[in-house]
Amino acid sequence: MSKTESEKEYWRWTESRYTNPDINWKDGDIISAGVDVGSVSTQAVIMVDGEIYCYSSMRTGSNSPDSATNAMDWALEGTGLTLDKIQYVVGTGYGRVNVPFAKRAITEIACHARGANFIYGPEIRTVLDMGGQDCKAIRCDNRGKVTAFLMNDKCAAGTGRGMEVFADLLQVHINDVGEMSLQVDKEPEPVSSTCVVFAKSEAVGLLRKGWPKEKVLAAYCSAMAHRIVTLLLRLGIEEKFAITGGIAKNIGVVKRIEEELKLKAPESSIDPQLAGAIGAALFAKALIEKEHKKA
Amino acid sequence: MITAGIDCGSKNTKVVILEGNNILSTASVLSGFDQEESAQQALNSALEKAGINREDIKHITATGAGMEAIFFANDNVTTVTSDGRGAFFFFPSARTIIDIGAEEGLVVKLDENGKVKDFGINEKCAAGAGAFIEAMSRALEIDIEKMGELSLKSTKQIPMNAQCTIFAESEVVSLIHQKTAKEDIIRAVHDAIADRNTSMVRQIGIEKEVALIGGVANNIGFVDAMNKNLGFEILIPKDVVSPEYVTALGAALVAQDKIGG
Repeated sequence: MSKTESEKEYWRWTESRYTNPDINWKDGDIISAGVDVGSVSTQAVIMVDGEIYCYSSMRTGSNSPDSATNAMDWALEGTGLTLDKIQYVVGTGYGRVNVPFAKRAITEIACHARGANFIYGPEIRTVLDMGGQDCKAIRCDNRGKVTAFLMNDKCAAGTGRGMEVFADLLQVHINDVGEMSLQVDKEPEPVSSTCVVFAKSEAVGLLRKGWPKEKVLAAYCSAMAHRIVTLLLRLGIEEKFAITGGIAKNIGVVKRIEEELKLKAPESSIDPQLAGAIGAALFAKALIEKEHKKA
Repeated sequence: MITAGIDCGSKNTKVVILEGNNILSTASVLSGFDQEESAQQALNSALEKAGINREDIKHITATGAGMEAIFFANDNVTTVTSDGRGAFFFFPSARTIIDIGAEEGLVVKLDENGKVKDFGINEKCAAGAGAFIEAMSRALEIDIEKMGELSLKSTKQIPMNAQCTIFAESEVVSLIHQKTAKEDIIRAVHDAIADRNTSMVRQIGIEKEVALIGGVANNIGFVDAMNKNLGFEILIPKDVVSPEYVTALGAALVAQDKIGG
């Protein structure tokens, strides 16, 4: 069944690109890039001397090599910078081996820790990366080097994909889910089913009982937050604590995680979904410097 | 002495009307939201098919996920017990019963008298249940009834990486984009759910004979995958009633015990 035009796809989050107007790439010595091909989204970040110069964030298509190329092309669009001038590209994420122009692939765990260190500062010791199809709790040192981690990549509960399914079900745009879930007077009981398939049936039941969408979303966001907190507690949290990945933009989940942990995650003007690609670009920079030293 | 068993599944509500060892009639309706209403409908339909009245039934026993909602039943009994009773009725040689329903997978171990020795349940995750095949049939845009037959036409075994139903949906869509033959994808779907269930059964321990009941047992592609996994043929009740009625039958048998029939 092809979707008719009137059928909106509520899970479709907004793609974005950006160029830093304060940087001229021609003045830079080291131009590095990181491409994070996730299961749901792909980001390309290009850094000039370790500062973010431009980036793109878009949906991953069915073909990883194409997604990496598309994201890179879009990031470079209008900058005058071309791929051949980028000295080193590191690929990361679920599709990291499918970045055709990357010299090296590094795991997203290492990249997210490194990226969080850049975005939120060296005092970050625990990083929660909430991605499209997995969720990771990572511990790291003051240089963003991973010391321990735990992940769930087997089950959609607690991942962005699960939230997309709910956005579609409730016909609420994915960007609005978090805000909307906070519009309840009293926090409802969390959705009891773990499995997203069963949680969906449970939500339909709640709607039939007359629950407004806000309340159903609140019940789902708190269930998701609780599930993620369990993963974090299993690893053990050391302050400071930061959140990266797409779900970091869902205030409904973030607030509930913060409340349950009684900890506040720092905020930044940098999109938390870029953390993996930023980490990869920083690794690329380090690799260029290493090559220079050798030469 | 006539009794009735009502199995309130998460998807369908099934009724079996039993007289002695004779199944007088069966009926199935979608469970919907009002489970008691659905049970009433299923019962009425079964009564009509049997050509008897409500008063002719001496005892009604409910079972299944929604059994507590059926207030007009005389009592209820766990799915584990009804599965054991129903399957043992058909296959006295069965020692391991696997029941795969829409949202639940169960394995029940029986002794030589049909008494339950041990059991295991998966009700947390859709990956081993009928809901998994249903979701994949939607992604493939293929009627769920045709899934079994089509998968037997597969010529190539391909792996399914995702365990989670939600992730498997995306994987199936990617496979379609890669122009993988639908038959091969469907086979991968059945292999995946068979793997989940085989490992559930192995946790309890497999003892022959093994019987398969529940709605998913109607899917010959899944049965084929289970047979290959186990290395022998599983027993499936076919001739008298189809496998999704076995649990309701078990409840009707329990109802007979209750009134000393």
